[in-house]
Amino acid sequence: MSHAASLTTLPPVIVGAGPAGIRAAETLVRAGLRPVLIDEAAKGGGQIYRQQPDGFQRPAKALYGFEASRAEAIHASWRALLDQVDYRPHTLVWNSEGDELDLLQVRDQHYDGQPWQQLILATGATDRILPFSGWTLPGVYTLGAAQIALKYQATAIGSRVVFAGTGPLLYLIAYQYAKAGVEVAAVLDSAPFSAKWQASASMLRNPPVFAKGLWYLGWLKARGIRIEYDAHLLAASGEQRLDGVRWRQQGQEHQLDCEGLGFGYALRSETQLADILDCRFAFDELNRAWLPVRDAMGRSSRDGVYLAGDGAGIMGADAAEWAGELAALAVLQDRGMSVDRARIHQLQQQLQRTRQFREALEGAFPFPEQWAHEVADDVVLCRCENVTVGEVRALIGELSLQDMNRLKAHSRVGMGRCQGRMCGLAATELLAIGSGQSVADAGRLRAQAPVKPLPYAITPTVQQWSPSLSVAEEAEHD
Amino acid sequence: MSLIKRVAEAQRPAVTFHLNGQPCQALAGDTLLTAILSQQSYLRRNEFSGQPRAGFCLMGACQDCWIKDAQGRSLRACSTLVEAGMSVWTDTQPSTVQPQGAAS
Ligand SMILES: Cc1cc2nc3c(=O)[nH]c(=O)nc-3n(C[C@H](O)[C@H](O)[C@H](O)COP(=O)(O)OP(=O)(O)OC[C@H]3O[C@@H](n4cnc5c(N)ncnc54)[C@H](O)[C@@H]3O)c2cc1C
Ligand code: FES
Repeated sequence: MSHAASLTTLPPVIVGAGPAGIRAAETLVRAGLRPVLIDEAAKGGGQIYRQQPDGFQRPAKALYGFEASRAEAIHASWRALLDQVDYRPHTLVWNSEGDELDLLQVRDQHYDGQPWQQLILATGATDRILPFSGWTLPGVYTLGAAQIALKYQATAIGSRVVFAGTGPLLYLIAYQYAKAGVEVAAVLDSAPFSAKWQASASMLRNPPVFAKGLWYLGWLKARGIRIEYDAHLLAASGEQRLDGVRWRQQGQEHQLDCEGLGFGYALRSETQLADILDCRFAFDELNRAWLPVRDAMGRSSRDGVYLAGDGAGIMGADAAEWAGELAALAVLQDRGMSVDRARIHQLQQQLQRTRQFREALEGAFPFPEQWAHEVADDVVLCRCENVTVGEVRALIGELSLQDMNRLKAHSRVGMGRCQGRMCGLAATELLAIGSGQSVADAGRLRAQAPVKPLPYAITPTVQQWSPSLSVAEEAEHD
Repeated sequence: MSLIKRVAEAQRPAVTFHLNGQPCQALAGDTLLTAILSQQSYLRRNEFSGQPRAGFCLMGACQDCWIKDAQGRSLRACSTLVEAGMSVWTDTQPSTVQPQGAAS
């Protein structure tokens, strides 16, 4: 992955103003460049350090807890960057053709192009979802959504809520809700307690992170909040909105009334742009996903494209900052500029340690592999097009399907508005089992432009604009 | 009845918008999702099942929160802030309001 330093004249372009993108921009500015920084959101900070809208008054400590000082540091860096970079908030990168990115300025709904020679993708992650009966009901949200409701809008997804699934966010969000005065009826962890116990020894290598996790758990227990292990979601009940949740635990069914349910199974990377840019992907066992490959500096397989942060594999916010800085240093190196080798070494070592910790974390919050065996046929798999698990299982069997993209063509799973962000992973699990292959061999959904649906009623200034999926087309079918 | 509950930040100025033709109050800084789901329990209906939906990811990923304004424009409710005078529809608009032309 040697990226030629040939005649780079354009400023580097960064997609994503989360911890990775902000640190990358800062590093480039320090070296005297004026990068282009593009983000769909109104303000910098990304997911973990998402800023509340103007007019909200809660202090950083209330919003980010233990992470308050890191959040404030990232926000300060973002503010300092505002007049040192070409900053494009409210701007979606929806495609790339040749050496130009296609942009949509979301607020003015106007199209633009952005030429690039060096491009850092720092696109972050979304929740990893496994469907269950009733998951489309109003009141059922992802864990991330539950947190965004609180952090970004000072709202709760109900007055009495249950959180379910697995991953570190599960306990963090339960804590944040309880602290905000919301009744947390239960936390349903799909992992057995023994998994946590076994993983704890290796997690001690990263004491601050481990201590935080234990602290949330202890806090919840001290307040008598119900925590169940090895608990697997069966159904969200309700007619027009959620009124309760059922789960299975060691062969027994249990039920609780609730108004809100947040669930998720850790995170998945946003890799669509890397795919559209023809970066090479490889299967990553730890993330149980196909990810764009990057070298120790963050260079992708494609000349001029660099990868940083959770968008190329889930490593968390601190690692995102380091990877962002590292990718920027690679950009500088490839422009023939001098860089601090000691700093590179230090960043790479920190990332290496984080990777080890991530492996332990995966042990504590294992992916529930039995999901694809146990999920009922009548569960809606694709919430965009309302395709069920049973329909997908039948197609896999009848047509002897082996590959995700053939499954997509036949079932429409992954073809809807979300482009498989919500259902793609679950569909892959079903395909692997139905075709007797590994998840790796079942393949991955290829990304398509636009990476998110484009509103119509706007005049594209980009030539040859031909959306393959837009809200407009669906509106015609209403 | 509302789906989501406000837990803080009630000091913000009120904003009046129209929901299905009726005037409603929101707070400055609310997303359309917050503004609507503090009035009623859904945002839209799925095109295939007709079942109510109220968003899912709140971060622009699931696309299950698109609604229409009075001009027929599509808006993603979780990532659009409410503005005074906005008029949005979660149910079918009266036929007197023509959506803007097709994408072609
Ligand atoms: C909802 C949610 C909540 C989380 N909360 C916590 C938490 O409380 N504590 C914790 O330790 N970890 C949390 N995490 C994990 C943490 O967010 C990540 O580890 C960290 O934010 C990764 O930083 P990043 O810079 O890689 O990506 P992000 O912070 O996700 O930033 C990516 C940015 O890229 C932008 N973007 C993506 N694609 C495009 C595009 N096509 N066009 C334009 N812009 C684009 C996005 O708008 C976003 O601002 C959370 C993750 C999620 C998804
Ligand atoms: S709620 Fe998922 S895109 Fe708006």
